[in-house]
Formats: sequence, structure tokens, C-alpha cells
Amino acid sequence: MNSVVCVKQVPDTESVIKIKPDGSGIITDDLKFVMNPYDEYGVEEALKLKEKFGGSATILCMGPSRVVETIRTGLAMGVDKAVQLDDPAFEGGDAFATAKALAEALKGLEYDVIFCGKQAVDDDLSQVGQILAELLGLPHVSLIQKLQVADDKKSAVVDRQVEGGIEVLKVLLPAVLTTQKGLNEPRYASLPGIMKAKKKPLDVKDLAALGLNADSVGCNGSKTMITKYTAPPERAAGKIIEGEGPQETAPKLVQLLREEAKVI
Amino acid sequence: MNFDLTEEQKIIRNTVRDFAEKEIRPIAADLDQKEEFSYEIVGKMADLGIMGMPVPEKYGGGGTDYLSYIIAVEELARVDASSAITMCAHISLGTMPIYYYGTEEQKRKWLPKLTSGQMLASFGLTEPDAGSDAGATKTKAILKNDMWVINGSKCFITNAGTKISGLITITAITGKRKDNRNEIGCILLPNETEGYNIGSSYNKMGWHWSDTRGLSFVDCCVPKENLLGEKGHGFRQMLEILDGGRLSVGAMGLGGAQGAYEMALKYAKERFQFGKPLISFQINAFKLSDMLTEIEMARLLLYKAAWLKDNNRPFIREAAMAKLVCSETMGRVVNQALQLHGGYGFMKEYPVERFYRDQKVLDIAEGTSEIQRIVISRTIGC
Repeated sequence: MNSVVCVKQVPDTESVIKIKPDGSGIITDDLKFVMNPYDEYGVEEALKLKEKFGGSATILCMGPSRVVETIRTGLAMGVDKAVQLDDPAFEGGDAFATAKALAEALKGLEYDVIFCGKQAVDDDLSQVGQILAELLGLPHVSLIQKLQVADDKKSAVVDRQVEGGIEVLKVLLPAVLTTQKGLNEPRYASLPGIMKAKKKPLDVKDLAALGLNADSVGCNGSKTMITKYTAPPERAAGKIIEGEGPQETAPKLVQLLREEAKVI
Repeated sequence: MNFDLTEEQKIIRNTVRDFAEKEIRPIAADLDQKEEFSYEIVGKMADLGIMGMPVPEKYGGGGTDYLSYIIAVEELARVDASSAITMCAHISLGTMPIYYYGTEEQKRKWLPKLTSGQMLASFGLTEPDAGSDAGATKTKAILKNDMWVINGSKCFITNAGTKISGLITITAITGKRKDNRNEIGCILLPNETEGYNIGSSYNKMGWHWSDTRGLSFVDCCVPKENLLGEKGHGFRQMLEILDGGRLSVGAMGLGGAQGAYEMALKYAKERFQFGKPLISFQINAFKLSDMLTEIEMARLLLYKAAWLKDNNRPFIREAAMAKLVCSETMGRVVNQALQLHGGYGFMKEYPVERFYRDQKVLDIAEGTSEIQRIVISRTIGC
């Protein structure tokens, strides 16, 4: 049973995000980066499959040299090997361009299951997994919360979160599964795991190694383009209604709700 | 010069921080109140593989450098001092003497159990009348029929009395030197030794759930080989153990200061007085700036001292400086952090109160601040 986990490095959810003065992006200099939390569920599930069925778990991650720390964190958790897609041409890609490069890299890997986090917590697009499945011609199930692979490893039964309940589906493997909170409890990297991580194979591939041309990936290969980032408007200060007791203040409140806030 | 941590050191920091936030922070206040040793946390730290970090892998350790270990202690102390002292007393004081001075047989016998965290070890140096004056130890070991017969007592010993405490290394007088002064030896004493009495837990100001005991030895007999290293080397061994231990106690001050500062910053942003958050008053903004600056100074000194040790350079002076600075930095930082909390800081509901109590012993344990100054002064010919 071989799994590939697509992992994205994202700013730590506790980071304070600052936008560049020209609105072209965010300032990344002071940011602490971590593995996308939804991808951690994929890593944990891949490790569980490996423990149950044997086989291997591989991380596939796109990004510059800083993502190596995130990749090594996954290797320290127990993943066997990793592929990093690192080329300036990959930069600025939308979900489609990213999935395009990932799909190309996956053609050279063995897999029965491909895991993607249900979304990355930075851009919240929730698209890469689904586009990836389409490009590879594979079935996909999104937002999975439970996975049971059949003994013959040819299919799996998955629980999928839907509004107000759980949908249970059977899916043929190989498939792309996007992972959601509740699927498992990701393990900590153990100290021996951290020490071993450095010795595990990390294959770095650039554009040429994937056999793609620069027009099909990154900014150039994107179907959508981010034109500007703006910060949410600052919340205005609250208003304190002055007056003697509720008999005096309540009518004022009603008036404000009706005329200013226009909610009643 | 290179101030970047290695990839492993960064992952260790992130992992231990994540672990401390999720596994320790939610129960730290409760454990502090109950004052009961937490086998649960020790078990989880053992599962994480951090109970023997700087010991080589062939003895079951983590095989990390000393700085990685220091970073792990710092991250534990940022959340809970009792967790940090339990881990670092076990490693620096309990385990390292065996690793440094034990025979291959002793290492193979004890280290795998200690590094895996199945068993805790401790170091017995302090006595009722031998504190800063550690050489004034009264505990005596007399060699009879190839057995050391030990009599005496120790006090304030961390990790000695838990259900998983397995052995202690104690300092004892083993004879007279040529200059007629007492010769000190470090001797391994397994917990099941007859005549080894472990007292009840102390009622402490801080470090509430860590295990601290008074001990007594009445005709305890251990084999001759349990004397670590060569006869007569005990005093030097003890000083070397303390040098390494100082770095880990320094890491407790650094981590505690960091934790207290973060609490203060968060509170000062949330708390409004005179219609404005506390941080908008310059006096508070400057306090927080000073805290952060002092913490950064302490961190640079401590990491440099650990770097010296990792690179086999002399580090005695820097270890004393780092321990002194980190402990006293936390003292100033936690004092101001509590002050920023005002009346709420005095309440147990806010963890800054626990940090305030947990700090004081850092000026005392592993050599008082006064002793650190003596150590430093001796390196400049005073």
C-alpha cells in the first residue's frame, strides 16, 4: 500500500499577516512557516496505512528551500521519502497550475492513495485535490473523516462530512482523498524520528526534471490571477448608549438598530 | 558566525513546543495545585523520546547535540517548570554522570532504561550542612571487603522518590587526600539498596509536581565498582556535572521568561483601562520592550555556552554567566509580567502567578547566583 501526501507549507496560524505596501502579496520575512494542518491528517493516515498494509509513504511538496523544514517534519513523523518541486517557474501558481505540476510529479511515483488536505489555511482555495484527480483521471472524495481500505487494497470505504451528517462512499483505488479534521489525531515527530529524517531520501525536482514548459505552470500557467491583497477594514469602535436605566436607553437602542444599523 | 539553528534544532523546537502546548498546558495549573508527581507527563515525554536527548543512540539516547537538549528544556519551561526540571534533572544530573564516568558495563546496564524514560535517576550532592560549600559533605563511604559502606544524608534531591526512580549518584567522602583534605567520590546507589531511606516530599514554594526528597543512608552497601571513574576524581566530576546542569537550569530561566513575557504581552493587549489597552501606555510598552530585549540577551549567552560545550571548548565561565543571567532575567521578567496583570496576576487563575513562584529557585538551585559570581570571578584571577 503506497501513499503520496501532497503537503503545503503555510504561515503558522498564529502569525500576524502583513500585506506588502503595493498589495502584491504578503510580507513573508518574519513569518513562521508550518505544515498545513489539514495536510497533517493526510500524513498521519498515510502512516497508519503503512503500518497496517506495509508499503511506503511519500511526501510531495512544492516550494522554495524553506519548505525543506516542513518536509523533514513529515519525514520525522515517519514518512519514508519526499519529492520537492523547486523552481522559480512554479511561483505564483493558482490551484490549477499547482495541481498541474503535482500531477506531473505523481506520474513518476507509485501510489494507491493520494492524500491532500481539504484546503490550505493560507489561501483557502480547496481546489488542488479535486483538480489533481481530474488531471490524473482518478476518482476523488473530499472532506474525508474515516478511511477503511479493503483487504485486497483495490477499494476503500470512506466517511465524508456533509451538511448535518455523514455520507458513506465506496471508492475504487487509486484515488485522491482530501482530509478533514476528525480523520485522526496526527502524531508528534519523535526525537529518534527527527534524527533519522535527515538521512531519508529527498528528491528535488525542477521544471526540466518534470518535462514541463514554463508556460504551463506557476503564474503563466494559472487560470486565475490575484490582482491585489487588501486588509479587512478595521472594526469601528462600539457605541455606548447613555441614559438613566433601560426605560431611557432601550428606545434609543431600538432607534439606532432601525435607522443606523438597519437590522430591524 | 552563523546564528541559524540547524534543521533538526528547529524541528525539535517546534515539536517540543507543540507537545508542551497540547499535552502539558491544559493540565499544568491543576498539577501545580495537586502537587502530585505526574507519571502521565513523564510517560508522554518518554514516548516523545526526549528523556535521553544528548546521550548517543547506542545507549538508547537521542544522539542530539547539547544545544538541542537546551532548546527542548526551554520549550518545556515556557509552559511548565515542573515538567522541565523533571526532565533536565533526570538527564543532566541523573543520567550524564553514568554516561561521562561509568564503565561500559555500567552504561549498558543503566543507560537504556534511563534514556527511554522507563526509569528516573537523580544526583545527591546537597546536604543539610553542605549547600554552596559542596565539598563540606559529611556523607561517608568506607571500603570494606570490596564493598562501599555508606552513611549520611542528602537533601533537596529531585526525582529521588518516584515509583520509577531507579538509582542515584551520590557524593561521599571516600578517604583523605595527600593534603589531608577530604577526598570525594561519586557513587552509584540503586534504589533497592538496603538502608537507603527516602523521605517524604517537601512542601515547596514552586516546582510543585516535581519530586523532591530528603534522603538518608544507614550502612548502605554497594560494590566497589559503583564508584564512578578513578578514585579521587569525584570532586572534579561533580563540578563538571554541575557545569552541564547549569546550562539546563539556564534554559529553564530562559523558557520561563519567554512564557511570562508572552502572557504579559497578550494580557496587556486585551486589558483596557482608561478606555485604552495597557500596551498603549508607554510605560507598559517600554516594560515589554525591555523584557524582550533581556530575553534575547539571555538566549544569546546561553546558546553560546551550549555551542562551546558542543564544540569541546572550555565553557565553565560561560555556563555560570548563562545560568546567572537566565535565572535573574526570568526574575525581572516575571515580576514585571505579574505587575502588568495587576490584581489578577495575584490570583491562581492566571498562570503568571505559578511562573512567579517557580522562578525563585532558579536563583538557588545548581549553584546560587552568588556561587555563579564566584565561578566567574575565579576565571579572572579574583
